[in-house]
Amino acid sequence: MSKKITIEPITRVEGHGKVTIKLDDQNNIEQTRLHIVEFRGFERFVQGRPYWEAPVLVQRLCGICPVSHHLAAAKALDVIVGAGTGKGLTPTGEKMRRLMHYGQFFQSHALHFFHLSSPDFLFGFDADPEMRNVVALTRSEEFRELAIQGVMMRKFGQEVIRLTAGKKIHGTGAIPGGINKNLSPEERDFLLKGDDPLNARKMVEWAQSAVDLFKDYYKKNREFVDHFSRFPSNHLSLVRDDGALDIYHGLLKAVDSEGRVIFDNVDYQEYLDFIGEEVRSWSYMKFPFIKSLGKEKGWYRVGPLARLNTCDFIPSPQAQKEFEIFKDHTGGKPNNFCLHTHWARLIETLYAAEMIKELLEDPDLQGNDLVTKGEKKKEGVGLIEAPRGTLFHHYSINDNDLIDMANLIVSTTNNNEPMNRAVNYVAKARMTGKEKITEPMMNAVEVVIRAYDPCLSCATHALGKMPLEMELLDVDGKLIDYKRSRQ
Amino acid sequence: MSKNFVEFIIDGKKCMSEEGKYIIDAAKDNGVYIPTLCNIEGLKPKGACRICSVLVNGRPMTACTTPVTSGMEIENNIAQIEGIRKTIIEALFVEGNHFCPSCEKSGSCELQALAYKYKMLVPRFPFMFPIREVDASNPKLIKDHNRCILCKRCIRGIRDENDRSYFAFKKRGHEVEININHEMANKMTDRLARESMDICPVGALLIKESGFRTPIGQRKYDHLPIGSDIEK
Repeated sequence: MSKKITIEPITRVEGHGKVTIKLDDQNNIEQTRLHIVEFRGFERFVQGRPYWEAPVLVQRLCGICPVSHHLAAAKALDVIVGAGTGKGLTPTGEKMRRLMHYGQFFQSHALHFFHLSSPDFLFGFDADPEMRNVVALTRSEEFRELAIQGVMMRKFGQEVIRLTAGKKIHGTGAIPGGINKNLSPEERDFLLKGDDPLNARKMVEWAQSAVDLFKDYYKKNREFVDHFSRFPSNHLSLVRDDGALDIYHGLLKAVDSEGRVIFDNVDYQEYLDFIGEEVRSWSYMKFPFIKSLGKEKGWYRVGPLARLNTCDFIPSPQAQKEFEIFKDHTGGKPNNFCLHTHWARLIETLYAAEMIKELLEDPDLQGNDLVTKGEKKKEGVGLIEAPRGTLFHHYSINDNDLIDMANLIVSTTNNNEPMNRAVNYVAKARMTGKEKITEPMMNAVEVVIRAYDPCLSCATHALGKMPLEMELLDVDGKLIDYKRSRQ
Repeated sequence: MSKNFVEFIIDGKKCMSEEGKYIIDAAKDNGVYIPTLCNIEGLKPKGACRICSVLVNGRPMTACTTPVTSGMEIENNIAQIEGIRKTIIEALFVEGNHFCPSCEKSGSCELQALAYKYKMLVPRFPFMFPIREVDASNPKLIKDHNRCILCKRCIRGIRDENDRSYFAFKKRGHEVEININHEMANKMTDRLARESMDICPVGALLIKESGFRTPIGQRKYDHLPIGSDIEK
């Protein structure tokens, strides 16, 4: 008799999702699926609104990285107001936006590693579920300092956002063609020379120690980390025109699992020529693919792992040094180990801290030339590397400046197939032959989903937490066993 | 001719003002804030929004249309009146489509500021979610009927050199909405477009392509609540 296990909802990620696992008579994994069960519809209700509202409206997709949506929409509208892409903005406009984005990268990555994922590593995957959270970390003598460090790192990133966007969450800084404020000398000094620990220098130091922490964990648990989940995939991200990691602007590049280039130097205004989206009946989340490879083989990963697989170097000294160690591990070839995503994420956190520190010294941030525009267009595409991966915003407007079309491909949507593969991998490794579902088994599935830091709220264009439930059903759909993880 | 002054009382406070002044203005002269959404100093009062309702000698009256008289006893900051005001504000919110998070008037919106002042925390009335139009056909201004509270400020305040209004009501009953004279609006100056947006207490009239230029922290009610310029 075959059975079906349902994990619903999934915890310590953004949004609502469930996992179903079908087992055959011998309890071999027959099929696994990550279902995204929420629906939001931002693409539809932004229609009919004035175009300049979009960056403020669509950022409500998320409370963790609204800046990504805010900036991706603003970049698309830069094209519409004729400011173009890349260097089209004034130096103050571009650098204020970059500072905002580095700040959000820093806080979002810190949140993901320290608050959401580190309890799995520090307490163990099979620890008491009540222990596997950041509050337990702060109560533990051994990890208290580390937890506080994570919380303060996030706070610093949020302060950067506040001073560039006006508010820590859902600000209004980026407007079509530029920015609505500069950074005053007092604001700059607050971030650059503030009392410890809230200053850029301390953040670089702490970001470095976070990378060292992971490397130390890896040294002791190499076998486990490497074999938890790994499978070959294509990788996609924006890359600066000289091959550097650039999370604010660049050209689209995709490589396969061996590092062979699928496409490179693609102007993202043309993304529709390269990327398609497939709809499957069992999920509200679409499945994007590289058109030249087709639906079957064209799926790809985005996010920290993909970015370090596509770029040639990192333009900040400490992160570059860590990048070289990271690349050495796979002999320079793309890294396809799912849990190494955390390693890549922490290298990017270091990169963001270094970039914030460097940028704060730039006098352009105090400039007064904030907005630019040129010949108006009816359509624009804005791409940005959000913490979770490449984010696409595409808008067109009518003759009266109202939006008549919006297409959003968010980071987690890009990672839909890889997350499904990862769930399949872990389920096969941990559940084959097992009839009784145990909590650690359930958590292992969640751990691999968390490695992608999915934002299922964004991906369906929902609110709330993402707790995990599991159901064991027979072939006729009759419930045999059920477990729900604590929220 | 010398002006006649009268004495009156607001919430137990002895006040003095010119005879014939409307209560709302007389109160302001004495440092007492009475909220309004439709009244504008210098324009003929309309009594449209009823937010300025006060008790005059025990009877509810609109402070923007009732002249002050000698010996008048006015009750303003009392639970009964504040309850009425809060109810009106809540009704205005559910009657239209007011989505503050993405509105460019947020932070400078009088309706939103009053909702904060009267601590509107949860919806008590069912949302009506009316289907209303966004009219962006004018070259300078956008009319967002979702947010219009029909205060008539634009009709009364935005006029050309011949005292002709750019705006008027059209339709009837619950379908009534602000209409703009397109012929006149096509020639509207940037200054008058700005005045139109500023006179609107909500975000129903917007200048095109200039949204969100004012950073958070510099908006009208970012630091001090509405009325604090009067009640110092």
